[in-house]
Amino acid sequence: MREPMPIRVKVLYFGQAREAAGTKEEEFSLPSASSVRALLTRSAEAHHELRGMHGAMRVALNEEIAGEGDRLSDGDVVAFLPPVAGG
Amino acid sequence: MPARREARLTRDVIDPSEVLRSVANPGSGAVVLFLGTVRDNSKAGSVERIEYEAYEPMAEKRLAEAEREVKRRWPTISGVKIVHRVGGLAVGDVSVAVAVSSPHRAEAFEACRHAIETIKRDVPIWKREKLGDGSEVWVEGVPVGSGARADSRRRAKKGARPASP
Repeated sequence: MREPMPIRVKVLYFGQAREAAGTKEEEFSLPSASSVRALLTRSAEAHHELRGMHGAMRVALNEEIAGEGDRLSDGDVVAFLPPVAGG
Repeated sequence: MPARREARLTRDVIDPSEVLRSVANPGSGAVVLFLGTVRDNSKAGSVERIEYEAYEPMAEKRLAEAEREVKRRWPTISGVKIVHRVGGLAVGDVSVAVAVSSPHRAEAFEACRHAIETIKRDVPIWKREKLGDGSEVWVEGVPVGSGARADSRRRAKKGARPASP
């Protein structure tokens, strides 16, 4: 079976997640059609400090709230959103 | 009326009279203006400054959506305008302004209240307080989209529960 082409996904970190990751953005290379969940796992492997924040964190895929099972495509932008406090 | 393309996030000082002008309408008998301001104290202690951070393109979309939702729920409303500030603010600075104009006062109060509550739970904005003792703390927030409306819309659209890693 042919190896599927990997995809590149940009991850943006905000607020406490930015501090925990130690960066505002980075890119991950993943197998084609990986899920949001797979990306979260990869990110938490790279930044152990993120693991403790996971409960209340939400994820946006191309600026819309995403589910863990949503599939990623090449060039997608995924943002890690800790609990929000506007106003 | 075509949707205005002007930004709802700003790094500049918010001028309430400008916000009021943007909802002015000769058919309106009521205008309600809400201003959120930086308080000098919080659960964490005395506050000197607050740094606001936003996921700007998404926050712009959600603020515009909050305005549209108010117009859908209160169709008699003549104007609604939201402006939210980002960057470093001092005590007393205006962090957010919501203005609503309508023929009568009741729906203007209700819609304005609804809009600010939506902003607090639906828009990707974070704030970090600089305290009097020199320390800094992130203000405890709520999971984005935790309101009932956002949840039902998301389920209807995606058929998926929100990602919580």
